[in-house]
Amino acid sequence: MSGGGVAKRESWRQWLATDVPRSRGQAKAVQLYLGWLAFRSNTLAVIGLAILVLLVLLWIFGPLIATQDPFAQALAKRLLPPGAEGHLMGTDELGRDIYSRVVHGAGIALYIVTLVAITAPALGLIVGTLAGYLGGWVDVTLMRLTDIFLAFPKLVLALAFVAALGAGLENAILALILTAWPPYARIARAETLTIRKSEFIDAVRIQGIGSVRIIVGHIWPLCISSIIIRVTLDMAGIILTAAGLGFLGLGAQPPTPEWGAMISSGRKFVLDQWWVATMPGLAIFTVSLGFNLLGDGLRDVLDPKSGGGS
Amino acid sequence: MSGGGGGRNGIASTPLLRLDDLWVRFPGHNRVIEAVRGVSFSVGRERVGIVGESGSGKSMTGRAILRLIRHPGRMSANCVELEGEDLLALSERRMRDIRGHRISMIMQDPKYSLNPVVRVGEQIAEAYRAHSRVSSGEARRRAIEMLEAVQIRDPERVYETYPHEVSGGMGQRIMIAMMLVPEPDLLIADEPTSALDVTVQMQVLAVIDKLVAEKGMGLIFISHDLNLVASFCDRVLIMYAGRIVETCRAATLHEAEHPYTRGLLNSLPRIDQPVERLKVLARDEAWSEGAGVDGGT
Amino acid sequence: MVGRNGGTVPAVSVGDLDVSFGRGAEAFRAVKQVSFEVADGETFGLVGESGSGKSTTLRAIAGLIDGWSGTIAVKGRTVDKKRTRGFYRTLQMVFQDPYGSLHPRHTVDRMLAEPLSFHRFDHIEKRIEQTLDDVGLGAEFRFRYPHQLSGGQRQRIAIARALVLEPSILLLDEPTSALDVSVQAEILNLLKDLQAEHELTYILVTHNLAVVSHMCARLAVMNVGEIVEVLDVSQLREMKPTHPYTRQLLDASTGYDAAKVAGFERFG
Repeated sequence: MSGGGVAKRESWRQWLATDVPRSRGQAKAVQLYLGWLAFRSNTLAVIGLAILVLLVLLWIFGPLIATQDPFAQALAKRLLPPGAEGHLMGTDELGRDIYSRVVHGAGIALYIVTLVAITAPALGLIVGTLAGYLGGWVDVTLMRLTDIFLAFPKLVLALAFVAALGAGLENAILALILTAWPPYARIARAETLTIRKSEFIDAVRIQGIGSVRIIVGHIWPLCISSIIIRVTLDMAGIILTAAGLGFLGLGAQPPTPEWGAMISSGRKFVLDQWWVATMPGLAIFTVSLGFNLLGDGLRDVLDPKSGGGS
Repeated sequence: MSGGGGGRNGIASTPLLRLDDLWVRFPGHNRVIEAVRGVSFSVGRERVGIVGESGSGKSMTGRAILRLIRHPGRMSANCVELEGEDLLALSERRMRDIRGHRISMIMQDPKYSLNPVVRVGEQIAEAYRAHSRVSSGEARRRAIEMLEAVQIRDPERVYETYPHEVSGGMGQRIMIAMMLVPEPDLLIADEPTSALDVTVQMQVLAVIDKLVAEKGMGLIFISHDLNLVASFCDRVLIMYAGRIVETCRAATLHEAEHPYTRGLLNSLPRIDQPVERLKVLARDEAWSEGAGVDGGT
Repeated sequence: MVGRNGGTVPAVSVGDLDVSFGRGAEAFRAVKQVSFEVADGETFGLVGESGSGKSTTLRAIAGLIDGWSGTIAVKGRTVDKKRTRGFYRTLQMVFQDPYGSLHPRHTVDRMLAEPLSFHRFDHIEKRIEQTLDDVGLGAEFRFRYPHQLSGGQRQRIAIARALVLEPSILLLDEPTSALDVSVQAEILNLLKDLQAEHELTYILVTHNLAVVSHMCARLAVMNVGEIVEVLDVSQLREMKPTHPYTRQLLDASTGYDAAKVAGFERFG
């Protein structure tokens, strides 16, 4: 029985380590596996990934781990220090358990980050590659549009959007997306301008294949690496900006346990009851660090200039 | 094994350069890649060509002589001697004195070997001042002299130009001027003309020819072009898979015996001898397995 | 149109081709009034040094450049600025740099399947296998990425990609310049074999006179955008070109000779 089990495990590894893939799927899987091995050799990057995995786990299992109801107020127990009466991180000004609130806040942080991380780069990629490949007036129009968005400081623009659309988490996310996409458009356009001159693009043009197909099938796959790297490094900033919006009262509204809002309300007590602001602050710090480490690790694997393969 | 080869003065008892059992290794994923495997030869005040295809180790050999193999690559040898002085034993600081001053190297593409933000004349002057204490005026004078020596018309004007403003052939001649201004004893040229048009190639070679002859320098000419090397050098070493597989005088190259050399010669198309199909080189495992040949003197 | 062989339509015919880059005062004329004809089944060489306009001429014929004027006719039919799908099934191109002409993130399979499915060919699987076989590569190469291939293998894939649409005319832009000498011989033999097998017409651009001499029946020598002379390859092989520029090129191609080099002049 054990013999059969070992044999099966061997063949998976062989399948992934093969020099001669026998299908498109296998070829792709082998490249991903090699990329994973390269990534895995970088300890800091793995730590970054672990932090983010922890974030996801907190989101999934949060309600089970959080010992108490994050919304339950207990005015008699307000501002207890960490460790007192079973409150691992103490209580806030309304007596709510900070630990449970931080854990629930993880889900919110993840929500914000995922939506922004998917939408903003996608938007930037489309705008940038169209501008870069088609050139001419398309390029000029799209890039001036991008410049308009870039001209405003991120937080100011986000504030303007939120002020126009009204406070609330969803509006804050929308504002974040609208301020985050321009740099990706710039990156995508710069890469496209270089890629466009390659002989392999000439080779596909000479098959009669049209611009859109070339952009999607040939240019996007080469831009993706830089964009992924930039996204992971930007996510730290996104969380901080969301926290900033929350801090200003324009993001998540009370009693939602969004980390930025928690810091805001803990501001008043930061000298004597430091834990109310610091605990969510540490959470933001950890997640930002995680994204930064992950981003660095991905760059080592994906950046062709540093010799990465995949 | 003495003698400086059939060079200009032929009486020298120590060769200009002597290499014995040179190895260059790079650590790979699961194994060590041996770029150069036990190469030995001597160079007098003569022209020696090293010919090989990509992966033969010829460029690595050139770099190893100047101890330019960077970590994680490692070189080792029984000896690397310049006129009897052991280069392996020198400190990095002493080695820097040697580079450019006693041994110079010209590389393939001037686009990559000239500093793009410094005027070309400045670069030549700097190369001169690196190895002798002279005033900047003297260095400038010398640089212009060198530009003339490499047959650049209007050297004063070219002195003030930037690398991107000159053509490939001129850039390569500037490179030669820069490398020869300190008057080295040995010149290593690594594919110096491969990036150039064929007529420009010949003109640049003429410049190298004249300067090497005038100053009695030794020349190691590294190239993939067998016929070119045979027409320019005195002696040819053929490398394959990190080893020297054959050595012969340039004039008798067509009588070469090793199957790899013969295979290379036969697989080249010739303008004056048309054939229906070119004879494709059939590689033999034995060539990389067997011991290399001593490149001799 | 009547071709050179009296009655047969030439495969490619170029008349007064002019190619310029840039506009107004900064316009650069890369190709000036170039005219030549290539007969069906012939291998025609375009020889010159860098800046001669030979690659630009090829790219203009292929439809990769817009700023051209004059006439280009393929199989008797003149082509417009915008090429038809049919054009791409008649004429294809192999590029110089095997390290740059294959998309780094696509498998060989994808590179061959894409044009086939775009042009709605049937039996795509079989065609891919057949073409790989034609260029001397086995099925194990089908799902590899370019970085897993050697220079010679990549160039074979580039040739396979050009052949997969079953063109009758191939434009070859310095197909062996970036390859080792031993690999060059294999690729040149392959090209000759394929020409015989598929009855192809080649236009070969190169700076290497030995390659031209081996592959071509006729050749045009170009310098700074103009055709200097058109020769039969026999003239080249006998080392008897008429124009001094061609003679200088020949001299430079036969090895270093100090005396000859001293006599070199600048042309154009």
